[in-house]
Amino acid sequence: MTMVTEHRPYSRNWHLLTGVVKKRAFANLGDGLTSVLIFGLMLYIAWMLVDWALLSAVWRADNVGECAQSGGACWSVVAARHRLILFGLYPYDLHWRSSLACLAIVTTVVLSCFPRFWSLNKLVSLWIVGFGTYVLLMDGRLLGQTHVTTDQWGGLALTLFMFSSVVLLGMPMGLLLALARRSKLPVVKGAASLLIDFIRSLPLLTTLFAAAIVIPLLLPDWLNGDKIWRVIVGFALFFACYQAEVFRGGFQAIPKGQFEAGRALGLTSWQILSRIVLPQVFHHALPSTINMVVVTFKETAIVIIIGFFDVLASANAAFGTVEWAPYYIEVYAFVGAIYWAFIFSLSQYGEYLKGRMSVAKR
Amino acid sequence: MDVAALKTRRKRRDLLLQVLLVVSVILVIWVAVSTAHTNLTKLNMTSGFGFLDRATGWAYSFSLIDRSIDDSYARTLWIGFTNTLFLGLICIVLSTVIGFAIGTARDARQLGFNALAAVYIQLFRNLPLILQLVFWYAVLIHMPGPRQAYALGEAIFLSNRGLMLPGLNVGPAATLCILVSLVLLAAGIFRLKTLRTGYKLILWLAAGAGMSLMLAWVFAPENSALFSLPEQRGLRFRGGISVSIELTAMILAITLYGSAYIAEVVRGGLNEVPSGLTEAGKALGLSSRAIWFHIKMPMALRTIMPPLGNQWIFIMKATTLGVAIGFSDLFYIISTSITQSGQTLELMGLLMMSFLLINYTLAQIVNLLNARLALKGH
Repeated sequence: MTMVTEHRPYSRNWHLLTGVVKKRAFANLGDGLTSVLIFGLMLYIAWMLVDWALLSAVWRADNVGECAQSGGACWSVVAARHRLILFGLYPYDLHWRSSLACLAIVTTVVLSCFPRFWSLNKLVSLWIVGFGTYVLLMDGRLLGQTHVTTDQWGGLALTLFMFSSVVLLGMPMGLLLALARRSKLPVVKGAASLLIDFIRSLPLLTTLFAAAIVIPLLLPDWLNGDKIWRVIVGFALFFACYQAEVFRGGFQAIPKGQFEAGRALGLTSWQILSRIVLPQVFHHALPSTINMVVVTFKETAIVIIIGFFDVLASANAAFGTVEWAPYYIEVYAFVGAIYWAFIFSLSQYGEYLKGRMSVAKR
Repeated sequence: MDVAALKTRRKRRDLLLQVLLVVSVILVIWVAVSTAHTNLTKLNMTSGFGFLDRATGWAYSFSLIDRSIDDSYARTLWIGFTNTLFLGLICIVLSTVIGFAIGTARDARQLGFNALAAVYIQLFRNLPLILQLVFWYAVLIHMPGPRQAYALGEAIFLSNRGLMLPGLNVGPAATLCILVSLVLLAAGIFRLKTLRTGYKLILWLAAGAGMSLMLAWVFAPENSALFSLPEQRGLRFRGGISVSIELTAMILAITLYGSAYIAEVVRGGLNEVPSGLTEAGKALGLSSRAIWFHIKMPMALRTIMPPLGNQWIFIMKATTLGVAIGFSDLFYIISTSITQSGQTLELMGLLMMSFLLINYTLAQIVNLLNARLALKGH
């Protein structure tokens, strides 16, 4: 038997698969009929979608007229307006800078998924380099290029900028808040708990709105800064309050004996924290942290309400002309596909990590 | 240095640190208050809640009670608050029911249900809520007009005027009576723990529905039908319940997104139930329905409840997105009031207080449910 399975592994898998299908889809007549009905329906919908999106679709930008006649998708609107959707109002000739900047952020996110980069130093330097590259390219002053101000940043590039700066700023803030909430000093602990619970019970929009509109009233002018930075700091605070709870879960997973062992060895509390506790906290908190990052990427879309020209706003602008107005579904499908690909792959990766860790624990 | 000296030094350091924190917080607040004061005097604004009695002078899309542009700010804000509660509660109920169905399907043995539920969850969970919201809103405003409305029977119509549903032909007092009797019934069900016995639950629900219908019939106005069906008259519909496109889009988007999340929570809870328990049920010869109602669901509910409560709070907060499509929820009313009246600080304070109140109440309800569900003796 072993010989057979070694030589023909696929055959064994195939039998397993057919076995599962037989047991879970065709156990009896009613089961079989239900399966045929459901899968038939799903195949039919899938076929309709493929037909609409690929087979009878119009692809080229210059023939809008064809769109009205064909029953399929009119991808011409994406072909004609994708620059607007991706880069917003960024100067047209400089779009290469915007694309390179986006690439830097995406590379940073992808690289931080590799276990090779999972140490504090490496992750921090990776994110700072990635984010720095983005700002250098988009701003352009230090590279000796034309200066482009932040109010011209837009589209997907702005969404990625918001997202990465919120994560980069919010992560250390979250760690600080988590440490403060664990503090033995009652005032520090109380203040951190109050702030975390307060922010967490308010909608994100309230925090962003307060950052955009209320803060200018409360702070002297020289402290106010750009609206975009205020909103990013507000968003980062929101992220930090949730992330602090994630870290707190990580702290709770560490047995008390480890602190005591560290103290018995004569380590200072900083050494215990940085050498013994935090590496384990990060390990435990990783799946939930990825989940938080995914949720944050999704929620970045909200900044359209505060008046930023993010990818959703540029999508609305893309079908905002009379010529393209009927093809809003295609534009939303395009933007949705970008979001979906990013969020789906990251969250699947988080699930995979969670599974791997629970196996390692067993 | 001896131990006692080290300890006093440490204590002194801790105290200093805390005093410093308190002082800096007070300093920040003082700077904020004084800056706000100078800024407001510069803008010639009076602070305080006197503006609440002034008439607003602007219109908005939705309210449960009568509205007009002569309403005071207080009444308008109250309408916003009730709108948020109304929308939130509808979405919570719908997403919970659909989420439990999809989550159960995701956990089912049948491969077909499984695949269908997986597609549903992955599709609606992995797209930003606001993207889904503006998408549904765009789809709804591109619907055909009332003359070419999509109709389901002669009772439900969908057009660019919104969704038309059949309604009960009763006054507000009778509606309130019906709602109260339904709530009482639900409470009775909960006390009797019929949650664990499916048939009794269905029986109770049937009894509740029957009772409310009877109540409605008793209170129904003379010489008119019990149900009022929407009828198309020219460019509008008459009768029935009219749900505006803003409200329809909000309910649709939040329910799809929320139910996908709740389905994952339910699936996780069902997954946690040890397989030995269901196998024991099978060995006892229980039907798969009985296993689900008596063994799986009661066990799973204990794991499901805490994250489910978080989802309910999330749904409540998600109603603020109404501002993106012009649904007049609390956030919309507050932000419009801010631009119209300029009373930024007071209105933001009211907004935060309202959400603290709503979410605190919801959290208390969830705690109550958790305590109910906890295993006795644990």
